[in-house]
Amino acid sequence: MALPQAKLTATEVRLAALCLPSAPGWTRLAREAALARVRAMGMPGRRDEYWRFTDPADFVSAEPVPATHHARQKIPVFDGMDRVKLVFVDGVFDATASDDPALAGVEITRLAEAQGQDIHWAADLYGTLEARGQEPVDRPLAALNTAFATDGFLIRATGRAEKPVNLIYRHESDTSDAILHHVIKIEPGADLTVLENGPSAARFNKVMEVEIADGGAFHHVRVQGRDHDRRAATHIFARLGRESAFKSFTMTANGALTRNECVIELTGDDGVAHVAGACVGDGADFHHDDTVFVTHDAERCESRQVFKKVLKNGATGVFQGKILVQPGAQKTDGYQISQSLLLDGDSQFLAKPELEIYADDVACSHGSTSGAIDETALFYLRSRGVPRAEAVDMMVLSFIAEAVEEIESEEIREEIVERLAQWLARHRG
Amino acid sequence: MLEIKNLHASLEEEGKEILKGLTLTVEAGKVHAIMGPNGSGKSTLSYVLAGRGGYEVTDGSATLLGQDILGMEPEERAAAGVFLAFQYPVEIPGVGNMTFLRTAVNAQRKARGEEEMDAATFLKVVREKAKELNIDAEMLKRPVNMGFSGGEKKRNEILQMAMLEPRVCILDETDSGLDVDAMKLVADGVNAMRSPDRGFLVITHYQRLLDHIVPDVVHIMVDGRIIKTGGPELALEVEKNGYADLIGEAA
Ligand SMILES: Nc1ncnc2c1ncn2[C@@H]1O[C@H](COP(=O)(O)OP(=O)(O)OP(=O)(O)O)[C@@H](O)[C@H]1O
Ligand SMILES: [Mg+2]
Repeated sequence: MALPQAKLTATEVRLAALCLPSAPGWTRLAREAALARVRAMGMPGRRDEYWRFTDPADFVSAEPVPATHHARQKIPVFDGMDRVKLVFVDGVFDATASDDPALAGVEITRLAEAQGQDIHWAADLYGTLEARGQEPVDRPLAALNTAFATDGFLIRATGRAEKPVNLIYRHESDTSDAILHHVIKIEPGADLTVLENGPSAARFNKVMEVEIADGGAFHHVRVQGRDHDRRAATHIFARLGRESAFKSFTMTANGALTRNECVIELTGDDGVAHVAGACVGDGADFHHDDTVFVTHDAERCESRQVFKKVLKNGATGVFQGKILVQPGAQKTDGYQISQSLLLDGDSQFLAKPELEIYADDVACSHGSTSGAIDETALFYLRSRGVPRAEAVDMMVLSFIAEAVEEIESEEIREEIVERLAQWLARHRG
Repeated sequence: MLEIKNLHASLEEEGKEILKGLTLTVEAGKVHAIMGPNGSGKSTLSYVLAGRGGYEVTDGSATLLGQDILGMEPEERAAAGVFLAFQYPVEIPGVGNMTFLRTAVNAQRKARGEEEMDAATFLKVVREKAKELNIDAEMLKRPVNMGFSGGEKKRNEILQMAMLEPRVCILDETDSGLDVDAMKLVADGVNAMRSPDRGFLVITHYQRLLDHIVPDVVHIMVDGRIIKTGGPELALEVEKNGYADLIGEAA
């Protein structure tokens, strides 16, 4: 099927600005296949079904829109934690700022250095989950990433990791255009936590492919913040085996344009997948989009999608979430909630919740709401002496709580709540 | 202490007048009761005094210790010493009871230029007072009023009052929904707070509560006004004969 001319042109313009790595090693075939997918799908456009609420133009342009980088004045999130730091600056790995990646129970290799080595498990995965995730919905930015990623990490957990791996994305250049691709494999019974934070680049395209074998567990907590002009398109592709667990939480504050896609496939019985997000946006230059697709293809699996958005002064929030239950995926327990709290009449929340079920013995529910602060509750708090601004913050935090509670680690949960509270205090009125 | 003079208030949206020239003074150390038929404006009076939005004061005044309260924000009134025990306490999912109470206590102290209460002292005081009201520690950990029974909510209001130590306590039907034992607990809680520098305005439909919290003065409110004021015997009269005679008398 030929692409419409506009898409064809946009795709050629985007591709002309990129080049494949000169020594791709074992990634060559995967990259070429991904490039073919990009050409077949074309770059996303406003008319595509899953791009109606979010304009992809800034992801598709040959050059990124410049983003002023804000000098770091605060202590970065996760700073007090014992973790293995892996630092990128504008998408370029910074070895001196990073920790030695030796970690018991985990093998960590840089993608850029691994291409000449023979790493079977990664060769089997790189681009594989992304390619699977292209059905039934096109995700061309992810295919673009597989083809052109300049670096990333290959992380394989063989046991219980003694501390989290923290991917840190610093941003210094106003015009950086970073493409990173991580591949993570959790072997049977292994357990790993990956943390991500930092404003990344002026434009950031990131893919994380996560394969979780039987009985494995993967925890992911991400904080996207600070730089107002940042544009980020991220994808997580996860495939879960029997009795495995995937839990991901993302907090987003600021950022002109963020599109976080999460594609999860439950392929073994009794798997558990939770994906949650909390975003706070202030101003018409804030646009945040969560697009989630969970496929149940095994019995007795549980999935939860919990997304909360707090929007003010013209900010926009988007949620597109789907639960697909395949034939035979009996006893599926699927839950999806997306809610927004609009702090004024200028902000908007656009939601597209979807359920598609081909098995008869399942329990799936979804709900989407959009509302203002409850004035009665606000008065109740104020009547006890809590000043208005503080009372509003308390109610906002209580609104977000259901999403934040998806984070298992209490230490991290508390830090996230603290960050949200600080953000709210800075953005009063 | 609390002086309400010729107070007129209407619903902001509909313009309908609810309070139609209400005059009332609660002296320090005294307990005043207000009784009156449904819809006479008792809750409206309590909301207007506490500063809830949606009402417009068109005439009259209300002062606490000589200070005009009608121009203040709700939180400023609270810090000045106004406390309203709600007829229908509000459930707030996600906000912890303790966090809320501690924030409130310290916000008021801060507004008055007093030192904040530290966490340990706060915890100790709350536990003591909760125990007296038979509120278990488990309940305190829950979000504000979430999953509380009707009676538990009312006791929680009294706990907040005890922690905040207001100058004037307005109790809007705090007895409704309480069983006999809980009523006794609430009354004991209120009586324990009676002091020469604190006034009470107790809104109720039943004489029962007034057996436990013996009022100094009883007012009968009908159609946005006080139509009769008397001693505790007035409540007995209402209990026996209803409002019809009183309304007839006043007309
Ligand atoms: N927000 C509102 N919108 C519409 N009508 C209102 C509102 N608030 C109060 N009213 C009306 O004002 C009148 C007084 O109500 P209020 O709740 O003050 O009465 P009350 O004396 O407390 O009654 P009760 O004994 O039933 O509690 C009623 O007719 C009520 O319907
Ligand atoms: Mg009432």
